[in-house]
Amino acid sequence: MEQENKITNPYARVVAFIFLLLGSVVMLFPFFWMISGSFKTLREITSPAIIWWPEEMQWQNYTTVLTMESNPFGTYFRNSTIVAIVNTVFTLFTTILGAFAFSRLEFKGRDKLFNLLLATMMVPSQMYIITNFITITRMNLYNSLWAQILPYSASVFYIYLLRQFFNQIPDQLYLASKVDGCSDWKFLWKIMVPNAKSSLVTIGLFNFIASWNAYLWPLMVTGDINKRTLSIGLKYFASDSGSDYHLMMAGATIVVLPLIVIYLIFQKYIIQGIARGGLKG
Amino acid sequence: MVGQNSKKTFLKAMLYLLPALLVVAVFVIFPMFHTLRMSFYEDFNIYSKEGSGFGLSSYIWVLQDPTFHKALLNTFIYAVVTVPVSIVLSLFIAILLDSRIRGSKFFQTAYFLPYVTNAIAIGLAFRFIFHSEFGVFNKFLGLFGIDAIQWLNDPDWSMFTLCIFGIWSALAFKIVIFLAGLQGIDPQLYQAARIDEAGKWKQFIKITLPQLGPIMAYQFVIATINAFKCYEEVIGLFGDDGPLHSATTMVYYMYDKFYNANRYTIAAASGVLMFLIIMVFTFIQLRMSNKKAEQ
Repeated sequence: MEQENKITNPYARVVAFIFLLLGSVVMLFPFFWMISGSFKTLREITSPAIIWWPEEMQWQNYTTVLTMESNPFGTYFRNSTIVAIVNTVFTLFTTILGAFAFSRLEFKGRDKLFNLLLATMMVPSQMYIITNFITITRMNLYNSLWAQILPYSASVFYIYLLRQFFNQIPDQLYLASKVDGCSDWKFLWKIMVPNAKSSLVTIGLFNFIASWNAYLWPLMVTGDINKRTLSIGLKYFASDSGSDYHLMMAGATIVVLPLIVIYLIFQKYIIQGIARGGLKG
Repeated sequence: MVGQNSKKTFLKAMLYLLPALLVVAVFVIFPMFHTLRMSFYEDFNIYSKEGSGFGLSSYIWVLQDPTFHKALLNTFIYAVVTVPVSIVLSLFIAILLDSRIRGSKFFQTAYFLPYVTNAIAIGLAFRFIFHSEFGVFNKFLGLFGIDAIQWLNDPDWSMFTLCIFGIWSALAFKIVIFLAGLQGIDPQLYQAARIDEAGKWKQFIKITLPQLGPIMAYQFVIATINAFKCYEEVIGLFGDDGPLHSATTMVYYMYDKFYNANRYTIAAASGVLMFLIIMVFTFIQLRMSNKKAEQ
């Protein structure tokens, strides 16, 4: 069948193409400029002419940034990776168990509890952090990676998403497995989880990206350099380094490159995830 | 027997829910009430982190603080500018992406990319692009004889620059949602319209827009909430709250009062006010879009 909303006029198609092309240049340019800047010399950065690509790529900008004493991006990178991975594993675990309980176990007050949890999603997380800072300090977790991991290791929103998916898995499977004497626990991990693989990948990806990009909370609970993650490390580096934009761009590229790689590999999951769940902007 | 069973199911469900409930109770539900309580303390001891008294002094202080007025005004400007502009632009782009133009696969990848990237890092790239002396944007404008503009250092320009960055960052998410919405419209509607010889513009007004109604409402609500939470964009672009605090926002204000000024009750009060404003706007928007849907 013909595509219904196709633009038919050939001139209009050319105009549309040119518009999309210009738009994509605007969208991609900051990335290009960041990467190109990260390979420039200080002289090229401050030159009055527009230099699209450096004459010689300055790879040492990266080694400088990764091993700097005042802002060790190597350490930041390690911390970000640990926090994002551990946090994602925890979140997936709590989400799977929670979604299963709300989807398959018929306990008293289930719907009331579920609605109560959904209501908490309306409150902006910025409001929690004041109290959470006090809580984390009282738990003696200030300036630890745990402080960045724990508060975000469960998410009502992800439970809501996964429950929707679990609900689509036919009930007959559950009843049949019960007849066979299969326990709930075994059913969850042997049948439900493998079936929900694509949803879990999407949730895992979103959680990883959110954790990697987290800024305000890690900033509040981090005291010294060794516990900083990339986002805050980059911010401190930018305030310290004046106009060394070539080094700043190298730091920014170190933060963004893993995200671009993840996006290019998992684009399908990420786009579907946003479109289906309408994941927070 | 039955009672026994339901008790057992309840216990089992609680075991499954325990990890999630524990985290949500400690780090989401408790803070909601605690922050609210904190905002009404008359006195707060920073060392023991305990408060006493009950009153409105924090709210009165916040509401009389000119910096809060500035933050409130800026946040409103940011929302009023970035939300409509990014929605119109992203709808337009989504329609073009949906029109089977050559290379639309590549274009989709390009337009969605900013969704996954870090606001601090990309903000830094924008800072570099908009730098008044050696930023590429001013150099580019120079080719047309336009004098260098102090995008980031002039308090009169800072909100403008912040809005450009805000619109750029907000497009990707909206394009994805609109594109999914467009692809969900029943093609028969367009077929019928073509039989009636309705033009493209008429099809857009009569079919596309009404069909996208609920998605539009959703986009407005989410975009407004996100605009009210604007903070990382400011830090990425300026490193602080801009020249002469000209780009301060509500979240920036709250964080600054809490962390830099150690005024915990003030921060809590401004947090509660922010929550209330967001709630009011969400309700108004949902109301308006429900009314439109009923008509």
